Amino acid sequence: MKLYLSLFIITLSPSLAFADWLGFRGTHGNGLINEDVSPDLSLSAKTSWNVSLPGRGLSSPVLVGNLVFLTASSGPQQNNLHVIAFNTQNGEKVWERIFKATGRTICHKKTCVAASTIVSDGNLVVAQFSSNDIFCLDMRGNLIWLRGLTYDYPNIANGLGMSSSPLIVNGILIAQVENDADSFTFGLKLKNGTTLWKKVRPRGANWTSPVTLKKNSVQWVGLQSKEGLAFLNPSNGEILWNYEDGASTIPSSVISSNNVVLIPSNGLTALEEPVAGQAPKQLWRNNKLAPGTGSPSVSGDQVFVINRANVLTSASIETGEINWRLRIKGPISASPIVTNQTLFIFNEEGICQVIDISLKSEAKVLKEIDLKDTILCTPAADQGSLFVRSDSKLWKIGPATKN
Amino acid sequence: MALITIMKNSFLIVIFGILGVHLIANDDLFEAIIQVGPKGSGNEKLVKSWPLVKKMSSSDIPHLLKVMNQANDLGDNWARAAIYEILENAGKQSLPKDETIAFIKDQSNQGSSRRAAFDFLNSISPQVAQSLLSTFIDDPEPSLRREGVALLLTQAENLEKKEQAVEAYEYALSKARDVDQIETACQSLEVLGKEINITERMGFLTEWQVIGPFDNLSRNGFSKVYSPEHGTNLLKKSHTGKDGPVQWQTFSTSDRLGLVDLNQPFGHIKEVLCYAYSEFDSSTDQRVHFRIGSKNAWKLWVNQELVFARDEYHRGATRVDQFILEGNLKKGKNEILVKVCQNEQTESWTKQWEFCFRITDLSGTTIKPVN
Repeated sequence: MKLYLSLFIITLSPSLAFADWLGFRGTHGNGLINEDVSPDLSLSAKTSWNVSLPGRGLSSPVLVGNLVFLTASSGPQQNNLHVIAFNTQNGEKVWERIFKATGRTICHKKTCVAASTIVSDGNLVVAQFSSNDIFCLDMRGNLIWLRGLTYDYPNIANGLGMSSSPLIVNGILIAQVENDADSFTFGLKLKNGTTLWKKVRPRGANWTSPVTLKKNSVQWVGLQSKEGLAFLNPSNGEILWNYEDGASTIPSSVISSNNVVLIPSNGLTALEEPVAGQAPKQLWRNNKLAPGTGSPSVSGDQVFVINRANVLTSASIETGEINWRLRIKGPISASPIVTNQTLFIFNEEGICQVIDISLKSEAKVLKEIDLKDTILCTPAADQGSLFVRSDSKLWKIGPATKN
Repeated sequence: MALITIMKNSFLIVIFGILGVHLIANDDLFEAIIQVGPKGSGNEKLVKSWPLVKKMSSSDIPHLLKVMNQANDLGDNWARAAIYEILENAGKQSLPKDETIAFIKDQSNQGSSRRAAFDFLNSISPQVAQSLLSTFIDDPEPSLRREGVALLLTQAENLEKKEQAVEAYEYALSKARDVDQIETACQSLEVLGKEINITERMGFLTEWQVIGPFDNLSRNGFSKVYSPEHGTNLLKKSHTGKDGPVQWQTFSTSDRLGLVDLNQPFGHIKEVLCYAYSEFDSSTDQRVHFRIGSKNAWKLWVNQELVFARDEYHRGATRVDQFILEGNLKKGKNEILVKVCQNEQTESWTKQWEFCFRITDLSGTTIKPVN
């Protein structure tokens, strides 16, 4: 009995976490993997596994300790909202919670209600759905609180579906629910889900996700829209800095390690680290770096962009000059994730392309792994393995087993 | 002997005291679930009292299902979470199956809570849950009814003799309420040589009086109040449109899913809006679902009361039952007014200026006008 209890506690304990992956495009929202991942990944590795998933979903996996969290939506109208935790070691389902959608669930057929990626602070997980239902759960799957933002404001909806992934900053959940009609961003108290602030935002369909900017001990939240990118104080929603030269409503911005802000705007626009109350200062703008559906990623002094023609481009974060270009297999909806040596990108046909980015002058495809399924999500990485999902499956792809 | 009696009584007092406190505490939690409201109201209280769930046992589950009956959709999800937590702590097999089945079968319970009870039963004892499916074909809860109809459709599909298959599909069609199941039954019957008038069966309103165009430059017409939005007896009034006086005209659609194509009476014009008016004679005062589909911005009034408004253009296709809105019909004549707006976009996928509309009861059964 004691053994079972110990195993149970070990299974659920986040304290064993190594390099967690806490949200969309990783803990820092920039696609950077803070550890080595061998390019020689294999579906037949001893550590690899795959499990079946219910319904539909294109949200990314999130990793805390030895749990991988995921959302899914099922039922004829996708009214069943699933939050599921699996054991990272063996893919065993640890728990599953199914709630009822209280908002609209109609989506374009390519996307679905489980489009937003879970966010975690390491102790709690928060799942947001296209119905704008939000569930905050502990690591054991026990509910902490819930909200139904479309239940509250029936015109928060997008006929094509919504996909913005939430953020947690300073104990506040940032939920960007922007669309053609009632367009808002909320700051909700993480402890009970009550509204700390609600900001009216530009009206227009918006599928981008918020980003965080760390300025010493302070964090700002960046909200992108068709009008540009605004940084807010997460404590009160007050605008601190505003770039108003337009931006994409699909790929999201990314922030480099030295706080250069890279916005999908007029191609790609790089701005100096924002200063409160000051006008944005442009470093460079390159219209050849317009991202397609996926968002840019950064590693070291490089930014990586995949355009609509499935060309992967590396450019200097400092100057915007292009280092190299590489045509890869598309079509691609996912965002790339990168170490300082390797870039991983999944195309919609399920092919993972492992690309050597160690040289500034050129890149080459090292390996392809074919999942033989439709992959729309951005993968997660932890402890040398990738985690990726289709509608019906979740994979862990570990390093090839040495003989 | 007296001492034993006193001890017994004291023991009972303590036990009943503990139970009493437990029940009162649980009642507080149940009440908090029922009271939770929109915009986070009640969240703080619920979060504070939530640790009580840890002390609950499986015997509290039937009570939580009853609580769902009184809760709104948010409270429904809170109650689901409480049941999950109890089952996690007490073991999934501790679900009181007989009481859960009785709850599902009792149609005086709310449909959504019966559905939740069914889902819990299905996750723990799928065979028992599946054995209930055939009892759902007339269920007032649409999602349970759907399960029963799915079973009928599967049975029909497996029949080899044409006459039997036709009979089985017709029976399934008579029970179906969801668009996709109705379409499946109709298509199968058509393959079998049986024509079905789906328009009539689903009760689309096909006869309308329409008037327009009114100006919708820069999408401003959506919130602008034009004269058809004023008062009753609309058809008797003259109105001024975008280019001068405009008049009501009769427009009827022959589309099988009741699609009213407004490009037909007004032409392919942009940055305009129009109004469509129809009367619906109801046999009684009743609570209904107004079911509208449109890829354009629209507003719906019934008896001069705004039911809902949606300011969004061309985000996906027009779908049957795209918006399901609860409202009232009064006995006798009901005036239905729809404002449908077209925007400035010129892409090929923004040409449509259209809507479809029908009325059902709350279980999805078509309501047809008396006359």
